[in-house]
Amino acid sequence: MQVKNKFSLSFPALSANEGFARGAVAAFAAGLDPTLEEINDIKTSVSEAVTNCIVHAYKSGVGQVYIYCEIIEDDVVKIRIKDKGCGIPDIKQAMEPLYSTIGGERAGLGFAVMQSFSDKIRVSSKVGKGTTVTIYKKIMPRYRING
Amino acid sequence: MSVKISNKGEVLYCSISGEIDHHSAGSIRKAIDDAANSAMPNLLVLDFAGVTFMDSSGIGLVMGRYRNISKQGGKVHISNPSPYIHKLMHISGIERIATMDPVREEESYR
Repeated sequence: MQVKNKFSLSFPALSANEGFARGAVAAFAAGLDPTLEEINDIKTSVSEAVTNCIVHAYKSGVGQVYIYCEIIEDDVVKIRIKDKGCGIPDIKQAMEPLYSTIGGERAGLGFAVMQSFSDKIRVSSKVGKGTTVTIYKKIMPRYRING
Repeated sequence: MSVKISNKGEVLYCSISGEIDHHSAGSIRKAIDDAANSAMPNLLVLDFAGVTFMDSSGIGLVMGRYRNISKQGGKVHISNPSPYIHKLMHISGIERIATMDPVREEESYR
């Protein structure tokens, strides 16, 4: 798979970094001339994945969140968001809409939103080792959109 | 992020500006709940006209306010959602617990 461009970053799993993380990925993807809708889709998906790291992966401390972002063939933005936190015992259950282990004000819609706002997501996780969410979003060429 | 709150009769009107994410949702929630606890409104209007970004924390915000206000017989209305916020609210099925304005017509993605 040809990688046309890439960047990576890591930051402490602090909620203050949620805006920075989605903004950084959106700025990187902006080179593909996305529509406002496509940028919002990317920002939302990244925000959900990073929030999951902060809220779920590192319950008892502040670990690191890692983002590896690539532009691959066909103007697809591939975003890997990784933590080295507690891991997810049952990924299928975690991805069910409205399922949340913490309740309260969390809607339990993180994965459902990521699925709706991206073309594909992949989740791999190992209990005690961490979780990686990979999000794929194709940026459509403008000439096709505008006819 | 800011919340402007005004109370007209039995309607509590909360106009939210800026970005709603897990980081900002806590202070928005507190501002609305403090006002709702003293005003005890029949209708809570959440105006999203000034919201520039929202993730599922915004859905949690609406669901949480619904839980609180419905205990006292009140209702929640979502006002001025952008096309993007409308899409997010719709995915969550929020219309089962709150009424929502149609998508803002003056805006379009492209």
